[in-house]
Amino acid sequence: MSTHTTPSAGTDVSAASDEFQAGDSLAVEAWRRLRQNKAAMTSLVLLIVLTIACVCGPWLLPWGLDEVDWNSFMTAPSSEGAHYFGTDANGRDLLARTLYGGRISLSVALVATIVSLVIGVLYGAVAGYFGGRIDNLMMRFVDIMFSLPFMFMVILLMVVFGRNILLIYAAIGAVEWLDMARIVRGQVLSLKRKEYVEAAKALGVKDSKIVTRHLIPNAIGPVIVYVTLTVPKVILLESFLSFLGLGVQEPLTSWGVLISEGQQMMESAPWMLIFPSVFLAVTLFCLNFLGDGLRDALDPKTR
Amino acid sequence: MLSYIIKRIGQAIPTLLIVITVSFFLMRLAPGGPFDGERQLPPEIEANLMAAYHMDEPLWQQYVRYLDGIAHGDFGPSFKYKDFSVTDLIWQGFPVSLTLGAWAMLVALIIGLPLGIIAAIKRNSAVDYLVMGIALGGIAVPSFVIAPILALVFGVILAWLPAGGWHDGALPNLVMPVAALALAQIAAIARLMRASMIEVLGSQYIRTARAKGLTPTEVILRHALRPALLPVLSYLGPAIAAIVTGSVVIEQIFGLPGIGRYFVQGALNRDYTLVMGVVVFYAILIIVMNLIVDLLYSVLDPQIRYD
Repeated sequence: MSTHTTPSAGTDVSAASDEFQAGDSLAVEAWRRLRQNKAAMTSLVLLIVLTIACVCGPWLLPWGLDEVDWNSFMTAPSSEGAHYFGTDANGRDLLARTLYGGRISLSVALVATIVSLVIGVLYGAVAGYFGGRIDNLMMRFVDIMFSLPFMFMVILLMVVFGRNILLIYAAIGAVEWLDMARIVRGQVLSLKRKEYVEAAKALGVKDSKIVTRHLIPNAIGPVIVYVTLTVPKVILLESFLSFLGLGVQEPLTSWGVLISEGQQMMESAPWMLIFPSVFLAVTLFCLNFLGDGLRDALDPKTR
Repeated sequence: MLSYIIKRIGQAIPTLLIVITVSFFLMRLAPGGPFDGERQLPPEIEANLMAAYHMDEPLWQQYVRYLDGIAHGDFGPSFKYKDFSVTDLIWQGFPVSLTLGAWAMLVALIIGLPLGIIAAIKRNSAVDYLVMGIALGGIAVPSFVIAPILALVFGVILAWLPAGGWHDGALPNLVMPVAALALAQIAAIARLMRASMIEVLGSQYIRTARAKGLTPTEVILRHALRPALLPVLSYLGPAIAAIVTGSVVIEQIFGLPGIGRYFVQGALNRDYTLVMGVVVFYAILIIVMNLIVDLLYSVLDPQIRYD
């Protein structure tokens, strides 16, 4: 495990080499530190509960995603008819829709983050490992991408290729990898001068293997921290798109879609705005707390 | 300095070219033409339309025509708003978006900076926790949740402020959109300012300044403020981009006639030239703003030499 968390610290190679034997114990220690952080642990528990509710909840509910209750249109939350979150203008149960929406929002978070992770880590590792002109060229490209208005590029993609959930995964992932690439590059730049990499090279290990076997695993700490910060960004981006009507489409729904519907109805049916908003806000809060907690747990300065 | 400016402008041009080229070819790749409406057009009329918008020319010719147009500030005709060019629409919406964005940025700085400084000075006190709690809220709760709630509470229930509309930028109409847009930036700026102020306050020369017998206020204002502002300044570029993006949703919620609304309408209607025009326009804006921020940076930080 590496002790560097920022690319700028990447040039500092003074860290002792014995830290690399302590891979497991670092994870254990980080977990111990995380457990002491009440905010982070509460967030972790809440997130787990929320995820289970979104994944399993819809199976247990009497109402489906698109099922219309002809007896209750836009009714306030009540136990009558088992509409605990009320119903929308089409008589659909809001609790069921919120949980289904959560599935979509969380799945976007998961898939888009993985997409950005894979692209960012590979890109950064390659740039950092080869260095020199290749590094310069690759990082120039990242700089150029950085100065683009992301949201607009994603919207452009949605307009061109139609609104489709797979495209949302890919498009969001495709614009969120830049920071990751920078972080990994900084890590790799410092790691590649370590003795064990020299040793691997001397033994004739292939470049591709050195990158995947030695460099990426050792750069993982800052990557984990950054992943937890990427997840809320991705969820936010998806809800932003869906809110504008440019993301997830009927019959699917997501928190962004529900908030948008709720906003149009907020005077007569405020619950339609409140419940999805609370779910989104709680998720984002928890992810931020957890990210902060993980950063503290993995940060060498406070260790 | 001058050579640095020239170099930066030289870097901005290929970036813009990439944006324009990618947008152009993406738009032309799109399935379905801009004239696929509810009603099937007779082939002659469609051919005439294609000719009128130069869409019967080879692709490269259209591309060159588009580039040439942009160089002259002409983004082509809008496919959906028949009597307007994209340039007209952008200039119609820009004053609204600019007013909104500039106010939001100003408010974010005026509130965010002092909050961050206070939190740093009173580190680990109740004030600090309160400020950082609010800041976390501002980051975690998105503007499209805050904006409708503000509109509901202050616009509908209390009826203190108009729930929407522009009214030539009258102050009551501005308050809620600006607040909703600024909140996330207040939060981000306060957090950054706090972190960087804490770091600066821990440095040796601040100890020296204190040892000289300067009052705490003097230490902050004369010695700590300027270096502590640098990270915040480098955040201004992303902040501007975030405000530009955020204004899209805020304009939608409050029904303000800015660029963002045209953009969303254009995206929903597949008005290719309009969407492309706005993307290119915003790219130019953000690149120019980043350049200005970088130059400001050099003014504030004497350690940076651009050569």
